[in-house]
Parts: sequence; C-alpha cells; structure tokens
Amino acid sequence: MLKYLLEKEFKQIFRNAFLLRMLIIMPLMTIVLFPYVTNQEVRNLKLSVVDHDHSVFSSRLIRKADASAYFQLVSVSSYAQALGEVESGDADIILEIPRDFERDMQRGEPGQVMLSANSVDGTRGALGSQYLSSIIADFGTELREEAGITASPQLRLSATYRFNPTLDYKIFMIPGLIVVLLTLLCCALTALNIVGEKEAGTIEQINVTPVPKSLFILGKLLPNWIIGLFALTFGMTFAWAIHGLVPAGSLLTILLFAGCYILAASGMGMVISNYSSTMQQAMFVMFFFLIILLLTSGLFTPIASMPGWMQACTVVNPLKYLAEVMRLVYLKGSGTGEMLPQLFALCAFAVVFNVWAVVSYRKSL
Amino acid sequence: MEEKVIWADGLTKSFGAFTAVDHISFEVRRGEIFGFLGANGAGKTTAMRMLCGLSLPTSGRGEVAGFDIATQQEEVKKHIGYMSQKFSLYEDLKVWENLRLFGGIYGLKSRAIREKTDEILSDLGFESERNTFVRALPLGWKQKLAFSVSIFHEPKVVFLDEPTGGVDPMTRRQFWELIYRAADKGITVFVTTHYMDEAEYCDRVSIMVDGKIEALDSPRALREQFRAENMDDVFQQLARKAKRTSD
Repeated sequence: MLKYLLEKEFKQIFRNAFLLRMLIIMPLMTIVLFPYVTNQEVRNLKLSVVDHDHSVFSSRLIRKADASAYFQLVSVSSYAQALGEVESGDADIILEIPRDFERDMQRGEPGQVMLSANSVDGTRGALGSQYLSSIIADFGTELREEAGITASPQLRLSATYRFNPTLDYKIFMIPGLIVVLLTLLCCALTALNIVGEKEAGTIEQINVTPVPKSLFILGKLLPNWIIGLFALTFGMTFAWAIHGLVPAGSLLTILLFAGCYILAASGMGMVISNYSSTMQQAMFVMFFFLIILLLTSGLFTPIASMPGWMQACTVVNPLKYLAEVMRLVYLKGSGTGEMLPQLFALCAFAVVFNVWAVVSYRKSL
Repeated sequence: MEEKVIWADGLTKSFGAFTAVDHISFEVRRGEIFGFLGANGAGKTTAMRMLCGLSLPTSGRGEVAGFDIATQQEEVKKHIGYMSQKFSLYEDLKVWENLRLFGGIYGLKSRAIREKTDEILSDLGFESERNTFVRALPLGWKQKLAFSVSIFHEPKVVFLDEPTGGVDPMTRRQFWELIYRAADKGITVFVTTHYMDEAEYCDRVSIMVDGKIEALDSPRALREQFRAENMDDVFQQLARKAKRTSD
C-alpha cells in the first residue's frame, strides 16, 4: 500500500513547479547570500576626529587610525559639530586630540586623547572603542621606541586561532545556515502538505479508506526526507563552490546527523499541519515557532550567554543540536563518537515528532 | 429474512448544544438503493459521515457491513465506498493514476488494478481520457470518475453524498444508470439528493427534517400515505415543518 502512496506523492512533487524552484532558490539564497548578511564583525566604523593640535604627532595618529580596516574617517571639525554628527548617525566614534598633545608628549608627560563612542548598538560602541584604544596604545609604543625609551619589560601576546585561523565569520556561519535551510524547507513543505489536502478536500477521500495512519504519514515523510537530502546536497555544494568551504570531517557523519534532523523537522511540520485547518493558519503557527527556535538555537548568538533558564529551554530545540554538529564537523572535523549526545537527541526528536504526527492525524472526528 | 447491510438505532450527533442528527433509526437491506432525503442543514451529511466512520456518534448505535460504526471504523472503511459532496479526487493526478492510487490503498494488486481500470474506462467511454489530468475534466465527468473510484474495490455499500449536484439532466440520467449497474452487482447504494425525480428511482427513501427521520418507505407508499401526486409534494409537506433555517 505504501508503494502507491509514495508513487502519488512523488508524482505530485515532480508536477509542482513551484516546489522544484524552491528547492534550488532556497539553498542559493541561504548559502550564497546570507553569509554576507549575517556577518557580525564590526567594520566600517565612522570615526570623527577633532584635532585641536594640528601637529605632526596628531596627524600621524589620525593616519594610523584611518589606515586600519575598521575605521572610515568622516570629518575633522569642532567637538560640537562631531557630536551633531553622532546624533544624526553620521559618526560612530569621536576622537578628540587636545591642544599641546605633541608638546606634552615631547616633554615626557603623558599625552591625553578623548574618545567617545555612540553606544546605541552596544557591540558596535564597545568594539569600536576597543579597536581605537589599541591603535592609540600602539601609537604610544611606537613613539617610545623612536625616542629610544625601552620602558619596563614588555609582555607580548601571541594568539593562534584553531579551527578557523583567520577568524572568518562566514566559515562559522555557513554550517549554521545549512541548518536554517533544512529547517525552513522541510518544516514548511510538510506543514503545508497535509493541510493542503484538507483544503483541497482530498483528505476526505483518504480518510474514508482503510489506510493506516502510520502508512499515510510515512508516505508523506519519506518523499520529504529525500527532498531534504537534496537541499542538503545543494547547500553543501554551494558552500564549496561559492565560499570554498568543505567540511573538515566526514560527509557520512553529516549525512547521518542531517538525515535524523530532516526526519525531525518534517515531523514537526506534519504535527503543525495536523492541528491546522487552513494553510494560512499552518504558516502562521510555523513561523511563530521557527522564529523562537532559530533565535534560541545558538546559530546567531551563543547559548552560553543566555540566562540559565533560557539555556535550559534550549534542550528541547532540535536546531541547537544540528547547529552544534554542523559546526563541529565542518570546522573541527569531529566524528560521530564525539557527538553521541547530539545523535541521541536528534533521533529522539525524529521519533517523538513523527509519532506525534501519526497520533494527531485524525481519520475520524 | 433479507440481509441488513446498514442499521442504525437512535444514532445521534451533537456539536455542543446543537443536535445535528437526533436519534435516527433505520435499516437498509442488501442490494437496495436507499434514498436519504432532507433539506439543506437537515443533518444528512452528518449522518452519512457517521455511517462511513468519518465521524463518531455522540450516542446511539449503528452497524455497516456487519461492523460497529463507533468501535470498528477502520473495518467499516474496508467494506464501503464513499463519494463526498465536494469533489475530492487528486486534481494533479491523471485519471488512471487516481484509480491506481485508490485501488492500491484498498489492497488490490497492480495487475488487478490495471484490468479493472481498463474495464471501468471502457464502461464509461473514458478511454481517451486515461491520461488526462483530473483537473481538466468537466464536472459531470469528474462525478462519474469519483463514483467509479468509490466502487473500484467492489465494496458492500457505497455512500453517495449529493452525487449529481450541479450537473446537467443528461449527465444525471447517465449517473443513475451507473448507480443501477452497481446495485445489480449487489452493491447497496445509500444516496442523498435534492432532486425529487431521483427520489423516485430509489427502492426506499427516508426524509429527514431537523435531524430526525420523519418518513421512511418506498416512494409509492409515501405518495399514498401523504396523498401526494409525486415525491416533491411529499417532501414539501414535510419540509414545511422544519424550524431550522437552511444553510
């Protein structure tokens, strides 16, 4: 009997031009474009410099700041004007160099500069002033060395970044975005599927047949699983072709975990579909849950920085586990053995959601 | 004693305070064409859905093809066919694909399905439409196809919910020929309709008013009982008593 149900689903899928287009467009959007959008590095800060000194030292400092990739020099003006620019959003940080800056330093007195940062966006403000402080500190060291003052023993720090040596944000985001892709596609397709049959009335003809509920759900789940695997393949191919990113670990590991995850996400979609009576309702409910799940998945913000109770809530978020796995496999090359807890969690989600889908599918009211 | 294929005893369905079907009791014999009449909103569809195992009765009992409609719904479903009021075959599947899908669901083998499909298509004169998408068929053809799907697995009973709604008189006539043919094969037909000329084609009819069965007999006996010229007159006399507004 399953054979006939699968035959029907596949025919419907291949005749659905919209669905086939989505299967290409969604991986393309999420993997090709999103990595640039989800970049959280702070760059292109607009730096407004108020130079009262107009000396060799002050202009050297300004050039040094300008030379870094983080800052764009906006204007050199009065402090009041600079503040105005911060207010109008044309400047992020003000660097004020007082009169006699050069003279003080040449006399061996500490030179003083003032730094004010627009902290409406806290991260931008804090990181910006940190970058600028380190540029100023560097400048100080430079001057001391030129003057031949080798001050007290110095501590030099050298950091190596493992797994992502260039700290490229894209490399961190892409494995996560593959999770987003699988979630959106698999969840949306199944969420719309059963409720679509309700709207078309075809489910009535199915409900009056003796088809077992589990077979009907399985008939929906398997084709969707295959669609999900295609999406995974497309996503990973784009990641390689466009961003040159290939997993450090094995493809089979990814296949195993993502395979479980697709079952879970599809099951979740079917549960939503079973409880909805119109496609509109299903979409609304799905997006409500997806937004919560995405925000608490650790994909965009670290779970470790969330409050304790929220961290506890993320235990029931299937996205979290696959996000961890994808990053570990892509960046560290972890094997299945190191990620057994995630594997168990994903299997559990797959079983729970699909059993729930079978139970919540009502053939008789 | 003739075999009873359907019987209901005090069958009731309530939705909250509203009683859609109010203690109906009747029997249908094997091979009979049983007309289930009533105005819109009288409770016909609800009653039929209970008999098909799509809806659980609130109270009362009933059996279809020897199985309890409250506790053995999936058994009931194996032995019945159903054609809903709203066309419910897959529009994005071809004619033969719909037949194959439902044949397969009822457990027919691939080969049996192929033979049966050929037979049905030639009976209907549909051979040229075998590969047509169902969405492209005219309404009358869709209805005939839906009927053929509902009796594809040769059920004991077939439930038809306003099968001829919205089709022309010519097609209605052809449709009733199909119904007679099915009845000749021993399939019991349980049919709702709004057309009183169709009521005359039935062996027996029941007339529902406000969730209750107000009359049940052969068309001829009903005409005599109500001193009416035709079934339309019988229906009007009964329906006038209705308090529910039709939907």
